[in-house]
Amino acid sequence: MTGKDEAELSRLLRAAIAGDERAYADFLHGIAALVRGFVRRKIVQGGVDPEDVVQETLLAIHVKRHTWRPDAPVLPWVYAIARFKLIDAFRRRGRRIEVEIDEIAETFAEPETETVSERDINRALDGLPPSQRSVVSLISVDGQSIGETAAKLGISETAVRVSLHRGLAAIAKRFGRTAT
Amino acid sequence: MRTEDLIKALDADARDEAMPMGKAWWLAVGVAMVIAAAVFFATIGPRPDIMPAMHTMRFMSKFVFTLTLAVSAFALIRALSMPGASTRRAMARMIAAPLLVVLAVVLELFVVPEADWGKRLIGSNMMICMSFIPLIGIGPLAIFLGMLRYGAPTRPVLAGAVAGLLAGGLAATFYAAHCFDDSPLFVATWYTVAIAFLTALGALGGRFFVRW
Repeated sequence: MTGKDEAELSRLLRAAIAGDERAYADFLHGIAALVRGFVRRKIVQGGVDPEDVVQETLLAIHVKRHTWRPDAPVLPWVYAIARFKLIDAFRRRGRRIEVEIDEIAETFAEPETETVSERDINRALDGLPPSQRSVVSLISVDGQSIGETAAKLGISETAVRVSLHRGLAAIAKRFGRTAT
Repeated sequence: MRTEDLIKALDADARDEAMPMGKAWWLAVGVAMVIAAAVFFATIGPRPDIMPAMHTMRFMSKFVFTLTLAVSAFALIRALSMPGASTRRAMARMIAAPLLVVLAVVLELFVVPEADWGKRLIGSNMMICMSFIPLIGIGPLAIFLGMLRYGAPTRPVLAGAVAGLLAGGLAATFYAAHCFDDSPLFVATWYTVAIAFLTALGALGGRFFVRW
């Protein structure tokens, strides 16, 4: 946590809130790198995929960006959210492991099924209604713009924005809870 | 989905801005006050002798306690709903309301003869007190829990409990205008029980309802 990061990232987020989209992408890239480092340091034993926590933190930062006060430093806010999401991930893992131990005790199930791990975000994405899912995946995985997505799906740009917004909010809410 | 791809989607959604948390809290408190006032005036209302009562120390002291609680809980819940915000100072100020009550109780014990202590403690309508403070406070509590959901409390159970204290402080302020029992002995006992109920309810709400 350096002073340079703090000054640069809070400047970017302030610019993003003022409507600068380029600044928002830069801010998110900077945050992703910092949070990745933080999470990798904290996760010493396996079981939790660090990148899952990075993605969950980015989503939370996005849907909760109104909880940052523009006159407050940005890094304590970011790390508080990252820590909260990391603890959440550990808690879920604990629960999942209990379930697996029970299953093994009862049926001696083959152990390799435990290690099969899809990205949590894909599970959350799959749970969306089809219209939201196609908008979110066209923009994210396929890298299409709002306009291109609207043309491809034959709907208005406003409808694309609404679907994207609702889809992301739903993913943030269901992240990791669609498992088991 | 790679993190890079996720950032593309978040960036495309950048334009949609929600109301800043600080402003939303003021709005929530305003709505909560309107709801509490509506319930209060539709049910029990202020006591008929409120004008002369306002010249007595004991009557006015009740508002000092309840408003101190509401103001300190409001500052704390705002901080608790924003990740990374410092809560130490707001937490320390939560001691103010209980301290004032304890002080008033001690004074009351000095002023009032021992034979009257029991009568003042029991008062005339403790059941009304214990049912109407939660009744007036339940609407505000629901609003404050909704605000916590809108925010990002990293300690949801604590934040929920403080939501209960805030709702309790607000409800008790209205209720105090109705209640004939002005003795700090009564207030320290029955108001506390009623507010503790809302606090416990808030903590439960924080545990099960405030997820983000």
